[in-house]
Amino acid sequence: MRFLMTVTAAQAPDEKMMTEMGQLVEELTKAGVVLATGGLDQSGTRVCAVDGKVTLTDGPFTEAKEAILSFALVDARSKEEAIELARRFWQVARTGEGRIQQVYGPE
Amino acid sequence: MPEAHRAVEAVWRLESARIIAGLARMVRDVGLAEDLAQEALVAALRQWPQAGIPPSPGAWLMATAKHHAVDRVRRDERLRRNVDLLGHDLRARQQEAVFGGSPDLDAVADDDFVPDDVLRLMFVACHPVLSAEARVALTLRLIGGLSTAEIARAFLTAEPTIAQRIVRAKRTLAEKEIPFEVPPASERPARLASVLEVVYLIFNEGYTATAGDDWTRPELCYEALRLGRMLAGLSPGEPEVHGLVALMEIQSSRMRARLGPAGEPIPLLEQNRGLWDQLLIRRGFAALLLAQSLGRPAGPYVLQAAIAACHARARSAGETDWAQIAALYELLGRVMPTPVVELNRAVAVGMAFGPARGLELADALAAQPELRSYHLLPTVRADFLAKLGRQEESRAEYTRAASLTRNEAERAVLLERAAASSRREP
Repeated sequence: MRFLMTVTAAQAPDEKMMTEMGQLVEELTKAGVVLATGGLDQSGTRVCAVDGKVTLTDGPFTEAKEAILSFALVDARSKEEAIELARRFWQVARTGEGRIQQVYGPE
Repeated sequence: MPEAHRAVEAVWRLESARIIAGLARMVRDVGLAEDLAQEALVAALRQWPQAGIPPSPGAWLMATAKHHAVDRVRRDERLRRNVDLLGHDLRARQQEAVFGGSPDLDAVADDDFVPDDVLRLMFVACHPVLSAEARVALTLRLIGGLSTAEIARAFLTAEPTIAQRIVRAKRTLAEKEIPFEVPPASERPARLASVLEVVYLIFNEGYTATAGDDWTRPELCYEALRLGRMLAGLSPGEPEVHGLVALMEIQSSRMRARLGPAGEPIPLLEQNRGLWDQLLIRRGFAALLLAQSLGRPAGPYVLQAAIAACHARARSAGETDWAQIAALYELLGRVMPTPVVELNRAVAVGMAFGPARGLELADALAAQPELRSYHLLPTVRADFLAKLGRQEESRAEYTRAASLTRNEAERAVLLERAAASSRREP
């Protein structure tokens, strides 16, 4: 099962945290768990559509609570395993907020 | 199962390989290491649901298992002597801390998890003194962290059979005094081949279930993929490891496309390529490039991955570079001269240079005893015969293929093709 883990709020990382995060991601990548990770540019474009008519608003979206800051796409054998992986992430990232959602598709 | 138990099991499956491997390094007995780790799991199942999951669950399980180890060694004089004999070992300091009654387990905590331990564990679980099915069961159990019940379910086998197989395998390893080590350079290629074989056996059992009602069991593919990726992380200098990972990533990418709505298999060339998982394909390409960048002659897995990559690159079945695939099968036939490879070459040649050439190669294989009861030989012949307009012979071959397969979903497809050939008969 694939899960998309997203971070919507996080404390600013210091050097130690960056190192630890690097180690965690490397370890989980080697274990075949992490498929992809990335951070998102906050100056994106908001797309709003009504009946096919598109309205665009330029970012940044730093005010918006739901804006995604970063993500990890992980392969896990169960929801519980995905939660455990998230627990590990937040032990390093300390304070913040995010979501875990299953990605439909490949089991 | 209560939610808390499932959470404990999730932690267990992430941690068990490292814990068992770390313990095996200390007690030099894989079977005992697994028993100790299991005792720690039982303790976790008892305590965590009430107390909550500790901040470092892996370290908690390891410390608990080590306490059990200390108890066990104190109770068992014989075991104590065995461990004492290892005093000359480089890790004597650590063993003293663990077995010398020192309460300061933290003194060794930094060295608890040595990545190479898991690699050692893989080599031991896949040791050639064990039968292939014992290696498969032991690998899923020790490295995959699967329970006996889960392994039995995945292989449609009774649980006591798997339990017996694992007990016997552990006993064999102890009796033959198989050392807990990465094999020396002279043995390494053969031992690595044995590990790769086990991983690919697990994958294939999931990818094309040899028996039963379902044609695939994706959870087994997933376990194999995970084992392969783990192995690639542990031995990055081995091209065949990356080759196997590339092969499994690319084959897995087709998982959604290769089953019809009723669970029936859809052949590669008829699949909707839009359903192929591009993420896995890219991972496969990356692993293949990594294998090729190591600059060693291509082995069987690298070549098979290169063939899979040819299919993955073609945007439609018609764009497949069959001449390239036929050439790769010829190379594969040199390093892995088996009738099945030759049969696949016949298919590629038939696609590249016409059904008559393909049929000629397939016919030459009819006398091979290994292929006598292999359903794909008559399937391939039937395909070529149908293309050549020899419908009656084609129908007979499809029917024969259907009688040879043990998989129900596949049998249904073959019988349908036999009927289609009959309809085309003049």
